[in-house]
Amino acid sequence: MYKIGVMGDKDSIYGFSSVGLTVMPVEEPAEGIKLLKSVADEFAVIFITEKLASEMDVEIRKYRERTVPAIIPIPGVTGNTGIGLKNVSRSVEQAVGSDILAD
Amino acid sequence: MHVNPTRMELTNLKRKLNTARRGHKLLKDKRDELMRRFMDMVRENKELRRKVEAKVMDANAHMAVVRSVMSDTAIEAALMMPMQEMTVDIAEKNVMSVMIPQYRTEYRTADDADIFPYSFAFTSTDLDGAVEALSDILPDLMKLAEIEKSCQLMAAEIEKTRRRVNALEHVMIPQYEETIKFIAMKLEENERGATTRIMKVKDMMLKQAHQYE
Repeated sequence: MYKIGVMGDKDSIYGFSSVGLTVMPVEEPAEGIKLLKSVADEFAVIFITEKLASEMDVEIRKYRERTVPAIIPIPGVTGNTGIGLKNVSRSVEQAVGSDILAD
Repeated sequence: MHVNPTRMELTNLKRKLNTARRGHKLLKDKRDELMRRFMDMVRENKELRRKVEAKVMDANAHMAVVRSVMSDTAIEAALMMPMQEMTVDIAEKNVMSVMIPQYRTEYRTADDADIFPYSFAFTSTDLDGAVEALSDILPDLMKLAEIEKSCQLMAAEIEKTRRRVNALEHVMIPQYEETIKFIAMKLEENERGATTRIMKVKDMMLKQAHQYE
């Protein structure tokens, strides 16, 4: 049985606690990396604000090929930075060799 | 490749070449099929992501309104003790040997709509809207997580398979073919050498017996 988590700045994620997700407020990327390492096996899905995701990109890449957790960037209060879609493009690039679905 | 030019080696190599060709064909098929499914899934992923991102932004806007009408401590107090706890079971689905996850979510309480963890008396109605918006997008978020993870796993597998196909096609198989050719030619050469030697010996023997020239 796995949990579902949300990670990011407090303002962006607090609402999710009401719908039953585990919120993990993180301000600093270093803090996020540490937290991610310690909880990675408990969570099936970790939603992470795009801002934080872009700051700890290297760490997140390590989890790409593991079944759990799925680390999914979502827009935070600071807005949509497009890193989520860029992540998808990265998958295409990895599989095909170049991003053939770019638009 | 460095081998002894013997018949046994030749047979072995031919068998290996056969295996390599069959493996190459299988892996190529696997790659093509994986690619086909991957493309479908990636398209879906992009579309769903756009949709979900817009919805999340919308929910964030709701929260922003809430923050403007309620104090931080009041919001925190209202949301601190959630009614619901969501857990998820992962079933794995095998797609061309890639294990892609299928999430099945479960709530702690029986009623899915049981989402408001606070009494309505002391909170703004905007908070209700924000919580409801978040609750509405949750299924989509989970679907997105499932698809996105699947895409990542499939991309990794496709990359691996592609490398294998290329290695077989451009390195292993040509190498085998070349070595087989080398051994075959070497064996023929030996055979010719043997024939010449026998002819020569025959000549010498005839000469000795009958003084032929």
